[in-house]
Amino acid sequence: MSSNLRVRWRKLVSDIMMTMTGLCALISVSVLFFILGYLVYNGGTSINWAFFTQLPRPAGEPGGGMANAIVGSGKLLFAASLFGVPIGFLGGVYLAEFSGSLVASIVRYAADLLNGVPSIVIGIFAYSMVVLPFKGFSALAGAFALGVMMIPITLRSTEEFLKNVPNNLREGAMALGASKSQTIRTVIIPAAYRGILTAILLALARVAGETAPLLFTALGNPYWNNSWTQPTASLPAMIYYYALSAYDDYHRQAWAGGLVLLALILIINIVARTILARGIAVPRS
Amino acid sequence: MVTTSPTYGSAGPAVAPRSFLSKLRNGDEIARLVTFVFAMTVVLLTVLLVYQLWINSALPRHKFGLHFFTTSVWDPVMDEFGALPFIYGTLVTSAVALFLAVPLGIGAAIFLAELAPQRISDTLQFFIDLLAAVPSVIYGVLGVFIVVPLMRTVIYPLINKPLGFLPIFKGPSYGVGFLTAGIVLAIMVIPYIISVSREVLLSVPRDQREAALALGATRWESTWKVVVPFAKTGIMGSIFLALARALGETMAVTMVVGNTPKIAASLFAPGYSIAAVIANEFTEATGPLYTQSLIALGLVLFLLTFVLNGLARILILVTTQKGSGVTR
Repeated sequence: MSSNLRVRWRKLVSDIMMTMTGLCALISVSVLFFILGYLVYNGGTSINWAFFTQLPRPAGEPGGGMANAIVGSGKLLFAASLFGVPIGFLGGVYLAEFSGSLVASIVRYAADLLNGVPSIVIGIFAYSMVVLPFKGFSALAGAFALGVMMIPITLRSTEEFLKNVPNNLREGAMALGASKSQTIRTVIIPAAYRGILTAILLALARVAGETAPLLFTALGNPYWNNSWTQPTASLPAMIYYYALSAYDDYHRQAWAGGLVLLALILIINIVARTILARGIAVPRS
Repeated sequence: MVTTSPTYGSAGPAVAPRSFLSKLRNGDEIARLVTFVFAMTVVLLTVLLVYQLWINSALPRHKFGLHFFTTSVWDPVMDEFGALPFIYGTLVTSAVALFLAVPLGIGAAIFLAELAPQRISDTLQFFIDLLAAVPSVIYGVLGVFIVVPLMRTVIYPLINKPLGFLPIFKGPSYGVGFLTAGIVLAIMVIPYIISVSREVLLSVPRDQREAALALGATRWESTWKVVVPFAKTGIMGSIFLALARALGETMAVTMVVGNTPKIAASLFAPGYSIAAVIANEFTEATGPLYTQSLIALGLVLFLLTFVLNGLARILILVTTQKGSGVTR
């Protein structure tokens, strides 16, 4: 009888603990919906046409928008991709197709190291590489910082997806007389392009929300700025400054900016992970 | 100019011995060279990063030496810089974050790996991945507008009344402080703990579970006494990874930690962290010693995360390989 009780007790403990783990999972996931809901609730009412088309107004004046920050973020991301994606992609091609093991492990190690560097330290790096020599905060400096952050993700996933292409595709192309570079260009990369594109999009989504490396590279700018060598506003930095300001109007704008930024990032993530990557295992950044 | 080798007849370029020139003609050597240059750029950038951090922090290194780490005075006017309050704040906020995030994260990972059916597990993991993609400035905004007021009105009275005699819960709360930053950080690192731990748990061979269940263990006993110990090193790795993230996290901490360079025992007190002081003071730093002291802090942060990330990678690799070694 007592052993029966003991079994029942153990089963009870098991059920309770397993329920607890379920609760942990539920709490963790619900944070996402809480964040989304709260941003929609607070930011939804502040999003209007002016938010996307107008410049920020001085504190105290109602209205205005973040048009310059949205365009600025776009410019930063564009230039960052122009810098980061080729290095990551072609470096990944080298790792997967050409390299010996020693060089490959050095490059891989460097990429992993770079991936783990805190974004604020990347900011210092961009500051000493671009801001100091060119004597001024600029969009280019911000783009350099974001580009450096895109490289390791792009590189490692390009390598991974290229290596996952079945070897008989390679052999088939070679047997038809294609050279190695022709094989890579016309067979292997097309076979892996969906995975690589997914990874690049995810890298872009990751740096789109980065604020820390922009604080002392791109800085910020309350006006329109068409130059690459001038300080440039960006959405995340704008949200940061506005959230810490003392004005209700700025707080509302910060909520709206947060909602726009989060929506953008989640959409890129969902598109990349579900539509593009159907049937492909997506590496985590 | 020799383009094909005569010794092998005319069997076509694919069979011909690949002399350097014929490879060059096919573009192979060019492709190899071009991609090599880009791969090397990655190495170059990494080396440059370390080099820049090192040379640009020479002034405080020479002036203060190791004293830099033991001094708690941060006085830009008198040109005196000590890193201690920032290192302390970084470590305390990260410790609080791990204390809160580890049980929750591992619990959730156990559910996802052991209990939930594949489809539910994958769906939840998808949401977890999205959660990891939420930018830190948004956590910061939510921290400022939700956690800070909540700290003042709910959490502080709740903890301070019964436990206020303990030094770590003593004193007033201003809403911002170590505990607030720790809570926000915890929320931010949970997705990393879950993702990696889940993967590690899933790599534990099936027969381990089956053997435990066959011996009469309950589901929990098989999980807690067999599967989790098997995956222990990998789970440690996920914790290290989360710690590295927490140490380097800038925006969310800057917005809620209080930005006061003081060492206080109470978790309710405002403090500062390495990343936060760099974010706040870098553009305002006047004079080379001030700027270089901030860069020296950046170097410290870099070294901390470098060591932790390295350890984490080794631990995770050891566990997943142990798992695959048994099944194969």
